[in-house]
Amino acid sequence: MTAVVEHDFDAVIIGAGGAGLRAGLQMAQAGLRPAVVSKVFPTRSHTVSAQGGITAALGNVSEDNWHWHMFDTVKGSDYLGDQDAIEYMCRHAADVVYELEHYGLPFSRLDNGKIYQRPFGGQSRDFGGEQATRTCAAADRTGHALLHTLYQRNLMAGTTFFTEFLAVDLVKDRNGAIAGVLAIEIETGDLHFIKSRATVLATGGAGRIFASTTNALINTGDGLGMALRAGLPVQDMEMWQFHPTGIAGAGVLVTEGVRGEGGYLLNKDGERFMERYAPNAKDLASRDVVARAMAVEIREGRGCGPAGDHVLLKLDHLGADVIKSRLPGIRELAITFAHADPIEKPIPVVPTAHYMMGGVPTNVHGQVLSQDAEGGDRVVDGLYAVGECACVSVHGANRLGGNSLLDLVVFGRAAGQHVTHMLATEHVERPLGEDALDPALDRLERWNLSSGGERVEDIRNEMRRTMQNDCSVFRTEEVMQEGIQKIEALQERLRHAHLRDKSKAYNTARVEALELENLMAVAHASIVSAEARKESRGAHSRVDYPERDDENWIRHTVYFAGQPLRYRSVNMKPLTVEPFPPKKRTY
Amino acid sequence: MRFSIYRYDPEQDQAPRMQDYHLDVEAGDMMLLDALMLLKAEDESLTFRRSCREGVCGSDGMNINGVNGLACVTPMSSLREPVVLRPLPGLPVIRDLVVDMSQFYKQYEKARPYLINETPAPRTERLQSPEDREKLDGLYECILCGCCSTSCPSFWWNPDKFMGPAALLQAYRFIVDSRDQATEERLADLQDAYSVFRCHGIMNCVAVCPKGLNPTQAIAQIKTLMLRKSA
Repeated sequence: MTAVVEHDFDAVIIGAGGAGLRAGLQMAQAGLRPAVVSKVFPTRSHTVSAQGGITAALGNVSEDNWHWHMFDTVKGSDYLGDQDAIEYMCRHAADVVYELEHYGLPFSRLDNGKIYQRPFGGQSRDFGGEQATRTCAAADRTGHALLHTLYQRNLMAGTTFFTEFLAVDLVKDRNGAIAGVLAIEIETGDLHFIKSRATVLATGGAGRIFASTTNALINTGDGLGMALRAGLPVQDMEMWQFHPTGIAGAGVLVTEGVRGEGGYLLNKDGERFMERYAPNAKDLASRDVVARAMAVEIREGRGCGPAGDHVLLKLDHLGADVIKSRLPGIRELAITFAHADPIEKPIPVVPTAHYMMGGVPTNVHGQVLSQDAEGGDRVVDGLYAVGECACVSVHGANRLGGNSLLDLVVFGRAAGQHVTHMLATEHVERPLGEDALDPALDRLERWNLSSGGERVEDIRNEMRRTMQNDCSVFRTEEVMQEGIQKIEALQERLRHAHLRDKSKAYNTARVEALELENLMAVAHASIVSAEARKESRGAHSRVDYPERDDENWIRHTVYFAGQPLRYRSVNMKPLTVEPFPPKKRTY
Repeated sequence: MRFSIYRYDPEQDQAPRMQDYHLDVEAGDMMLLDALMLLKAEDESLTFRRSCREGVCGSDGMNINGVNGLACVTPMSSLREPVVLRPLPGLPVIRDLVVDMSQFYKQYEKARPYLINETPAPRTERLQSPEDREKLDGLYECILCGCCSTSCPSFWWNPDKFMGPAALLQAYRFIVDSRDQATEERLADLQDAYSVFRCHGIMNCVAVCPKGLNPTQAIAQIKTLMLRKSA
């Protein structure tokens, strides 16, 4: 019998990015005892890489209104976002941003001392009118500033951290409710069961399923893997955002804020081609629109460089002062990774996998939803999901820039509030069976007993190449069907792969093997859902079904491991305001 | 490309050793972290931390040819061979290039790195002039990689008592924030022979900071404020 150290907390939060830290802070401030489990030291979470800002209709630069923000988000989602959740997010946006400011976040400032805001893609005034200026920024390091501020605030509030602990699997009680998580302490290899009455998944994205991604190496979809292994669904997994401006070759992100500040894209003829694709918004059209336009330019032979494989992002005309004060981080990245100082030269950029709009389905309180036999929503007791790993769904088929950080703090807070309320008003017990930990322990044991077979590294590379080639910006039936077969073959091979290093102390090879199981689960969900959706909507662009099909496809895909794909209706009923019916989407 | 890398596995090794590695690929635009990942593909026991691979998360601080830096933003073409890699100096080694950073984090926490303002928060933001906000530039960008503190001889000698450049940079970041009201308490906290005053202006921290920050200057500002207070 493997020794497992037991802990007991009111709540356990898995992941210490913006969403997890905001949830933990809410609970700690309410007097609960939350524990945050993170496989990296909290400030190394991927939120740190967010650059451009957090969107809220503060109206500091020009008149603004949360309802306009809601309209833009619904339209940006290509009408796949749930309108109750979008209303909830946009209504609370200003409050959560002011809270962050009060916590100490070093926002850039306007001359009158208020928070600096910049224009971002897809933002409009008066329901589709002129460009709005809605994204609150700390230079181009907003994610860094936000993550550090929230970590610091959690230190102040006394949140308990299990730092460098890798979550292995959710643990269920006798009634099927979630009762905590089994985790490996990476430094020692020891196992810990963190028992809790509420468990919050806040594990972020999984961009590492693609060969080329802006995502950190830790973005391996651990929460989705855990949910799927627990028999729970993931939703809208075909919806992957390709960010227009990843540095060519390196994949490193260049914020949309560059275009917000006045930068624009050029093809090899020096043409500002976005004028042809989006005559009004131009370079500040929605990300899916810009990324597709770039891919078309490159495919039709108007790409730049010897291989014609990228376009250029020009910003030298902004002047050295603006670049140094508003975009210092971008300048540093461009010099390091593209050998181009943007004060003098344009940055070579290419659409790069960036953000997972799909995830574990939840309601506006962050409670995870599964389905009953009739396909109705069923709340999973004891389990929440927030941030990129969740699908509440505010981003639908395409996320607007600046809405990701907002999603983290709005729903991190909402989940924290709901857990606090639940524990105060209900008698919650999670009675455990004797074999509660067995599934998680079996998973670890499989790797410990492996005595031959392929390298994790080789299977991972093949998976990433397959997803890149078969399920990327443009998709077709035939290629994806082949892709599904390849991923399923890789899944089978992974079941027999070999962990050569079986040491206990700081074994990152074991971490990577477990991470690949999560990635593979996400990859399969993504390509199966993408093959099923026979239309083009938002980021999901089918060459063989180029039109949006509102009659059949205003519905979420719902994927359970090992089962036929299911569906769920999109919520078209906002909380208080009139719905925004689907319209043709132009920018 | 040739490497000589510090290896130590606490379950197997009595003492650390240096191991030679060889990679048969063109350096091109490759960063040191890319090379390390290729080496790990061959020898999965080789252990190091990494995450963002773009110099903002601070995971992969290590000693590279004798100088602390981040592997992910160090071009291979800038390094003489064999590339000698050791863990950040002065902290206990857990395994290979992974050090135990608890002492470093403890000093960070000692700086009380959070805004203290007891007045009721307004309904909207607290105002801050662009000039006051500018005072935070060069301070808030720290990524806690530890390159500075572990290059500092004063921190090597007294890691438990001298807070080190990273923590002091944070201390000053809150002292100088116009929204923070605890300047007096913060300065009082630092009032001993070690916390600040073990900094002798050697400036190794400035030389190695991968974000181009200047902890020595921040420490000098703290000293000035403390002297002014005691005068």
